[in-house]
Amino acid sequence: MRVQLWGTRGSLASPGPETARYGGNTSCVEVRGTDGAVLVLDAGTGIRALGAMLTPAARRVDVLLTHLHMDHIQGLGFFEPLFSPDVEVHLWGPRSRTLDLRRQLARYLSPPLFPVHLRDVPLVLHDLPADAFTVGEFTVTAARVCHPGPTVGYRIVSPAGVVAYLPDHEPALGVRRFPLAAEWTSGWALARDADLLIHDAQYSREEYADHVGWGHSAIDHAIAFAALGRVKRLVTFHHDPSHDDDDLECLTLAATRAAAPPFPVKAGAEGDAFEI
Amino acid sequence: MNQKPIELILTRQLASYLATPVFIIDLDGTLVFYNEPAERIIGTRFEETGAMPASEWTTVFVPTDEHGAALEPTELPLMVALREGRPAHGTLWIHALDSVPRHIEATAFPLIGQAHERLGAVAVFWEAPV
Repeated sequence: MRVQLWGTRGSLASPGPETARYGGNTSCVEVRGTDGAVLVLDAGTGIRALGAMLTPAARRVDVLLTHLHMDHIQGLGFFEPLFSPDVEVHLWGPRSRTLDLRRQLARYLSPPLFPVHLRDVPLVLHDLPADAFTVGEFTVTAARVCHPGPTVGYRIVSPAGVVAYLPDHEPALGVRRFPLAAEWTSGWALARDADLLIHDAQYSREEYADHVGWGHSAIDHAIAFAALGRVKRLVTFHHDPSHDDDDLECLTLAATRAAAPPFPVKAGAEGDAFEI
Repeated sequence: MNQKPIELILTRQLASYLATPVFIIDLDGTLVFYNEPAERIIGTRFEETGAMPASEWTTVFVPTDEHGAALEPTELPLMVALREGRPAHGTLWIHALDSVPRHIEATAFPLIGQAHERLGAVAVFWEAPV
């Protein structure tokens, strides 16, 4: 299994020389199986470059959305395989209490916000099922996590190992001394014993104090959450748009030194690839 | 060990910030959490008791009606909310674990997830005015 990061930024794309090393595109991760199955995690602006690389080789691509905030869907309309007759694109995402995935997505993928109607795009849409489902060699489990609005994290299991993806997640919300016991921690079941955890780490500890309830984690929380889940590697993700490359390196290094976790921690950068 | 449903986790986190006494039970009826204001009324700390199965918490407080007649566990508002999936309210007397009898009012409601799955129930309660 190969995991490649195509967009690691949170909230808003932030390209520029100050973010060149870690990248300015919003959430998008490619997971490729040894059988050729291709999963795309979220459709932030990073998906555009991925789409250009996928065609014409791919025949089926499954895009898994964690939620429908704009930074996770903004690239969808620019995903080249959508407009290729040779590629079947399946889109999975959480429904809300009253609206299915199609109706929610159509709010963005329709004029005046977007020139093309969703109904004119040859997508196969799936409201996420309650149970695990399979795509090629992958078994995918989606579960709701602590973030405003219907939001899931993913646990992807292949014969090679386990990847957990929780890009927008605030497990420390309302917890005075994080973390609580594992059974009382949002997202723990998704992350436990993962070979690779890709997790929200938008803020420094100081910044988090001013953003409680916004749905994101401090880097310290991401490390503590990873330790609780006994993961083998943590990649921090959904970097704050206001953090330039130097900020990111300093904050990640300081949090990692303070926590001294028994696993490697890396700030996710566009282009990073991990073999599992 | 299984992770609790996110709805239960968030309910506990909310309860831990409220001044209102709160009980939370899971789908099995196990009392999985009560907050500090509830600790004051029932006379013991959650850290001391931990989770309690329904067979224990529905009897350990010796709930009775106004005439002193024992209430069946199934009559307690929390168990009604869990079993019937509807809100329930009741007035009862309990003998707290600090041996102080207390007159309380309890309102319970079921926790139902977005996919209509039942997850447990929550009760808020007050000491009734003397």
